[in-house]
Amino acid sequence: MSTLQIDFGHAKPRIVGIDLGTTNSLVAVMDLTGPRILSGIVPSVVSVTESGEVIAGAEAREMLITHPERTVYSVKRLMGRGVADVQDELKLFPFHVVPASDAEGSESVLKLQLGDKIMTPPEVSAYVLRKLKEDAEDVLGADVTQAVITVPAYFNDAQRQATKDAGRIAGLEVLRLVNEPTAAALAYGLDKRKEGLVAVYDLGGGTFDISILRLHDGIFEVLATNGDTHLGGDDIDNLLLNIALEDIQSEWGEDVSGNAGLVQLLRRAVIQAKEALSFAPAAMIDLEYGPRKYQREIDVQLFNRLIEPIVERTLGPCRNCIKDSGITVEQINETVMVGGSTRIPLVRSAVERLFRKRPHTELNPDEVVALGAAVQAGILGGEVEDKLLLDVTPLSLGIETMGGLMSKLIHRNSTIPASETELFTTAVDGQTNVLIHVLQGERELVKDCRSLARFDLKDIDPMIAGMARIQVRFLIDANGILNVTAKDLRTGKEHSMDVKPSYGLTDDQVEAMILESYDKAEEDFKERQVREARVEADAILGAVDKAKEDQAYHALPEAERSTIDRSINELRLAYHSDDYLLIRDQIEKLNQATMALAEAIMNEAVGKALKGTNINA
Amino acid sequence: MRFYDALGLEPKLALDSDDLKKRFYDRSRQWHPDRFSRGTAEEKQRSEEMTSTLNDAFRTLRDPVSRAEYFLSQSGLELPKDAPPELLEEIFELNMALEELRGGDESAREQLVSAQERFTSMLGEADASLAGLFERHDETSDKAVLDQVRATLNRRKYVSNLLRDVEKELNVHSAN
Repeated sequence: MSTLQIDFGHAKPRIVGIDLGTTNSLVAVMDLTGPRILSGIVPSVVSVTESGEVIAGAEAREMLITHPERTVYSVKRLMGRGVADVQDELKLFPFHVVPASDAEGSESVLKLQLGDKIMTPPEVSAYVLRKLKEDAEDVLGADVTQAVITVPAYFNDAQRQATKDAGRIAGLEVLRLVNEPTAAALAYGLDKRKEGLVAVYDLGGGTFDISILRLHDGIFEVLATNGDTHLGGDDIDNLLLNIALEDIQSEWGEDVSGNAGLVQLLRRAVIQAKEALSFAPAAMIDLEYGPRKYQREIDVQLFNRLIEPIVERTLGPCRNCIKDSGITVEQINETVMVGGSTRIPLVRSAVERLFRKRPHTELNPDEVVALGAAVQAGILGGEVEDKLLLDVTPLSLGIETMGGLMSKLIHRNSTIPASETELFTTAVDGQTNVLIHVLQGERELVKDCRSLARFDLKDIDPMIAGMARIQVRFLIDANGILNVTAKDLRTGKEHSMDVKPSYGLTDDQVEAMILESYDKAEEDFKERQVREARVEADAILGAVDKAKEDQAYHALPEAERSTIDRSINELRLAYHSDDYLLIRDQIEKLNQATMALAEAIMNEAVGKALKGTNINA
Repeated sequence: MRFYDALGLEPKLALDSDDLKKRFYDRSRQWHPDRFSRGTAEEKQRSEEMTSTLNDAFRTLRDPVSRAEYFLSQSGLELPKDAPPELLEEIFELNMALEELRGGDESAREQLVSAQERFTSMLGEADASLAGLFERHDETSDKAVLDQVRATLNRRKYVSNLLRDVEKELNVHSAN
């Protein structure tokens, strides 16, 4: 970090903004001059090494090729989903899902087997978040404990809750979940005093969102949002991958789809070709696997024909979003493109045709979401006072009523926080509990909606049917997450209830994971400190070794030279301990012992330089 | 009335939409949970409650129809459940035409298209007459005017449902 960096709010801990993406993740922070990215892109990949260590980021991405069976990517697609949900998905991904026990049923939390470890998707994501947290701490030189994390706008309650759980497990207090397109709009409209209607088209690695916002006097008001949480660049990769796998089968006479390492290598080759096709008329899928080779040229015409159905699938949600906004397409002033997949020319032209104006592409589509998250962090921290986000809930919320019907309480595209109260009573004499099944979705039948949770209003005093009066309040908070409270109107007291989330972790489960990770975090922290101290020790030992060859060293008095040698030996001893404080102490001692030597060498160098100047002059 | 209170307004049927929006934005800036992220638990809860009421209020009041429905229900007047008698014949004929089109009789299409036009203009008339009734009610606070509002709303609701059914049917068949 440069010493010229202006830091503000030293007294207050910094809140970071995190884009937790399907493919890549980023962390950013708000500075006086605006939002800035901290450190580089962290691939959203997690791997378990043979020694049982869990690694995340670029290192883990390498493990995809060498150890695909202990490595997981695109875990965002599995967040908040059940075992039954992801069967189709798993045909394409090499993940090993632990089968649900009969007791858990198909609506249970999904678990992944990585080496000898079993993890839920929030735990996997937590490793990516922890990596981002550490990167941010390294750059900021301070602890990071609070964050704003972005989610696809079309994420349902369970997917949001899972993201929040991941943050908690990683040791981050998640102050707010922000929708990705909204965050992008915030970054986009930040310094320009923009007014008017803006459409944000966000096609990322695994998810698609469209949001339409009204920008007015610093307020970013989302009018409507729509999307598909399982549509993105991954799907394009899989199309190309399947073609290549078929090719290879006919060329090599062998089905290699079971060879996970080869498939990952091929996936990488396919992604390279896909990215090249955004700039070139043709690209080569190029695979080298031991002595065997596979090459195939794909031109833009073929590529476009292949991906057209995927691009087409994004347009329906766009039309619905325009309709739900209560505006016409002509009223939209600007279209902003977000997500790596919007670099594809066919995507751009489709968006241009639908919105009838050239989309904005001047912002880096990979960074804009993280930058927006940092702005929102600034709003929450009080550093940004003139901006405010008013977001909406993407899906209607309702409860199950007689006959398996869904009765809507809060409609989609309602500004959040949004609430509704409903009065419940008993149907039978002496009934002591009432079960409320809460759902999310737009369809009329319960079976077509997403089950969120079952709330059991228990311990109702036995009385005549219809006499009980329990008022239940459903509140969707500013994160888009449901909160439910119940009040007994007869007593005026809060009524207790049991909550059973359909696809999420219970509070106790999350607490247990936090405890476990807390122990680990201590260990991790120590390990990191030791590693860093050793790097520093290497640097100073190398420098001193070199200095010993200098004539200034030999000019030192005998006593001073032996002090230096003793210090070197002591540092070398400390180096192999696990005590980073001891290593740092010894580094400091060696520093002190070599102070005079360093000065002498410096003088010598300055003298030489001056002499050199004289000669040249 | 709670929703009017949330926006600092007197309960009136006619509202200026720009003024409404400005009040909503101003209050959002003041009360939104974003402003209290470092506040006490009590402040946070209060902010959440006030903002959710504010959001519900704005959503209900900005649309003249939902606003009038809210106003009526707060005044103890619910919408009648029965179809307005003057629309009965219309509904009967329309249902026949819809059945015919579903049965594959394309000659019914013309009838539906003209029904679509008729209903659209009836909606426009209902909206205009509501606007007039709103003004009259706010000036006079006359209960009789409120009853007229109630009848017009009921009629409008039926017309809008009919229009929706017609458009749905026309879309389905033009898509084939």
